[in-house]
Amino acid sequence: MKNRLLWPLIALAALLVLNLVVTPSFFALRMQDGHLYGGLVDVLKNGAPTLLIALGMTLVIATRGIDLSVGAVAAIAGAVTCVHIGSSGDAGTAFVGMAIALVLCAVLGLWNGFLVAGLGIQPIIATLVLMTAGRGVAMLVTEGQIITVNNDPYRQVGAGFVVLPISILIALAVLGLVAFTTRKTALGMLIESVGVNPEASRLAGVKSKTIIWTVYVFAAVCAGIAGLMISSNVSAADANNAGLWIEMDAILAVVIGGTSLAGGRYSLTGTLLGALIIQTLTTTVYTIGVAPEVTLVFKAIVVIAVCLVQAPKARAALSFRKVAVS
Amino acid sequence: MLKKITTAASVIALCALAACGSGSGGAGNGTGSSGGDAITMGFAQVGAESGWRTANTKSIQEEAKAAGIDLKFSDAQQKQENQIKAIRSYIQQKVKVIAFSPVVETGWDTVLLEAKRANIPVILTDRAIDSDDTSLYKTFLGSDFVEEGRKAGDWMVANATGPTNVVELQGTTGAAPAIDRKKGFEEKIASKPDIKIVASQTGDFTRSGGKQVMEAFLKSQPKIDVVYAHNDDMGLGAIEAIKAAGKVPGKDIKIITVDAVKDGMTALANGEINYIVECNPLLGKQLMELAKKVVKGEDVPARVVTEEGAFNQEQAKAALPTRQY
Repeated sequence: MKNRLLWPLIALAALLVLNLVVTPSFFALRMQDGHLYGGLVDVLKNGAPTLLIALGMTLVIATRGIDLSVGAVAAIAGAVTCVHIGSSGDAGTAFVGMAIALVLCAVLGLWNGFLVAGLGIQPIIATLVLMTAGRGVAMLVTEGQIITVNNDPYRQVGAGFVVLPISILIALAVLGLVAFTTRKTALGMLIESVGVNPEASRLAGVKSKTIIWTVYVFAAVCAGIAGLMISSNVSAADANNAGLWIEMDAILAVVIGGTSLAGGRYSLTGTLLGALIIQTLTTTVYTIGVAPEVTLVFKAIVVIAVCLVQAPKARAALSFRKVAVS
Repeated sequence: MLKKITTAASVIALCALAACGSGSGGAGNGTGSSGGDAITMGFAQVGAESGWRTANTKSIQEEAKAAGIDLKFSDAQQKQENQIKAIRSYIQQKVKVIAFSPVVETGWDTVLLEAKRANIPVILTDRAIDSDDTSLYKTFLGSDFVEEGRKAGDWMVANATGPTNVVELQGTTGAAPAIDRKKGFEEKIASKPDIKIVASQTGDFTRSGGKQVMEAFLKSQPKIDVVYAHNDDMGLGAIEAIKAAGKVPGKDIKIITVDAVKDGMTALANGEINYIVECNPLLGKQLMELAKKVVKGEDVPARVVTEEGAFNQEQAKAALPTRQY
C-alpha cells in the first residue's frame, strides 16, 4: 500500500520542485484580505472539482464500472442553479437553487445506475448516453446562453475563502466522509468484492445491484457539487464548456492514484494525489510558460512518465539496471 | 433472453440519443411561399452557443423581414452534417440564395458544387471555408480578426506610458480568431519596444480558463500592467482573478478585450475593463443588401468586412442601454 503511493507522491514532488526552480515565488504564501494567497492555494482551489469527481469515479471504477457523464452532470448542476438564482442576490435563493441542482444530479445518477445495474448495459455505453444528452439538457436549461449571476453567497462555494479556499474544504470533507464510511464499515470491502466478481458476491449474499446503484448516485452528486464549484468560481453557467473533458481528468486521477480500471482494490489517498498531480500539471504549464501549441504534448509526456514508473514491468527494468550498476 | 433485452434496450437508448442530436437540427422549413418577386433565402446557422450567436441570428431574421426577403432558417446545433442537410433541402426547395456560417472550415466542396449546379448563389457569413475552388461561393461577409487585433494594439500603443508588461489570454489554440487577434496585436505593438508580451497562454475562450490562467500569471509574473484577452469572457475571468489578488482591475492592471457582448460592456461601463474592440454580430443588413445584389446578378466583392468599432469606458456607458446582445 505504501509502496503504491510512493511513485505518485514523488511525481507530485517533482512537479512542485520544477515550479520552484523556474518560478522561485511559486511557494510564496501571504495573507490577502483575510485568506491565504499563493500558487499552492490556486492548485488546491482549482483542483477541488477534479478531486470531487475523481472520488466518485474511484468508487464507480472499484465496482468495475466507469462514469463518462460526470462532466455533463456538472454542467447541468451549474446551469440549473444559475437559472434559478437569476438576478437574485440573497442566500436563500442560492441554497434552494443548489439543493434543486443536487437532487436533480442524484436523479441522473439513479438513471445511470438503472442502465448499468438494472438493465445490465456496459457502463461505458450507459453513461455515454448521459454524457452526450446531458450537455444538451444543460444547453436547454440555459437556452444556449452563458448565464451570469451576481450572488455573493453562491460565489463563496467556488471562489470563497475561510483562510483556505472553501471549495477544497468541501472536497476534503467529502473525502473524509467517503474514507470513513467505506473504510470504517464493511461498505468498502463490499464495493471491492462487487468489482472483483459481481456474480460471486451476489451468490455470497452481497446486494451487488444496490451497491452499483449507490456508487453511480454518489458519483453524480459529487459531479453536481463540482459543477456548482466550477460555475460559482466565475459566477456564471456555461453549458458548453463547464466540466468539459473533466471525466477524462478524473479517470486519469484515479488511475495515477493506483486504482485499477479492472475494478476491485481502490485507493482514496491515491486519488487525492492523482487529482493534485493533474491540477499541479495544469498550473505548471501556465506558470513556467509552456507554449500553448505544445501544452498537450508536455502534459502527455508527464502522464506517460508517471504511469511508466508505476508499471511493475518498467520498475523491474529500472531496479535491474540499478543492481547491475552497483 | 436477458441479453437480448439488454441489447435491445441499449439500441433504443442509442437511437434516442441520436435523435436528440439531430431531431430538431434538420432544415427548418419556412412556411412562406417562394412565388412572386420576393427573394427566398435559405440560411443555415451554426447554433445558439453564445449571446453573440443569438444576436447574429436575431439580426439576420429582423433584417430579412425589413428587406422583404423570405427567410428559411435552420439551426445546425454545431454539427456540419445538419448544415449540409439544411443546404441540400434549400437546393431542393429552389431558394434564390443560400447563406450560412460554416461550423468547420473543410468538407463543403460537394454540397456547394450541388448548389452551383442548381445555379443558386452562396454567401458565407462570419466564418470562412477552406477550399481551393473560390467559385463555390460569391462572397464572404464577416469580421476581420487581424484588424480587431490591430485596433487593440493601436489603443495599447496610444495609452502606454513607459515600459509596459502585457500578458495575453489567447483563444482556443489553432482557432482563426485566436491566431489573427494575436497577429494583429503583435504587429501594432512592434513599433514600441517598451511594450512587451511577457506571458501568453490559452484560456480557451472561457471564463474559467481566463481566470485560472490569470491566477497563475499573477503569481509567476512580478509585474503585469495590461491584460489582452482575445474575448470578453476570458477578460471577465481575469477580472475575478485580479480582484482575488487584492488589485483593482481597470486601474492597477488594465484590460483590453475583443467582442463587446453585454457582460463585457457592463464591466467596461463599470470601469473594470479599459477598452473593448467590437466583433459585430449584427451583419443582417449587410447580408440582405449583398443577397439582393447577388440575386440580380450584380458583381460583389469576394470579401466584405462587417462594420465594427471599438469602445472605451465612456462610450460603453452611452451604448449600454441600447445594446442588443
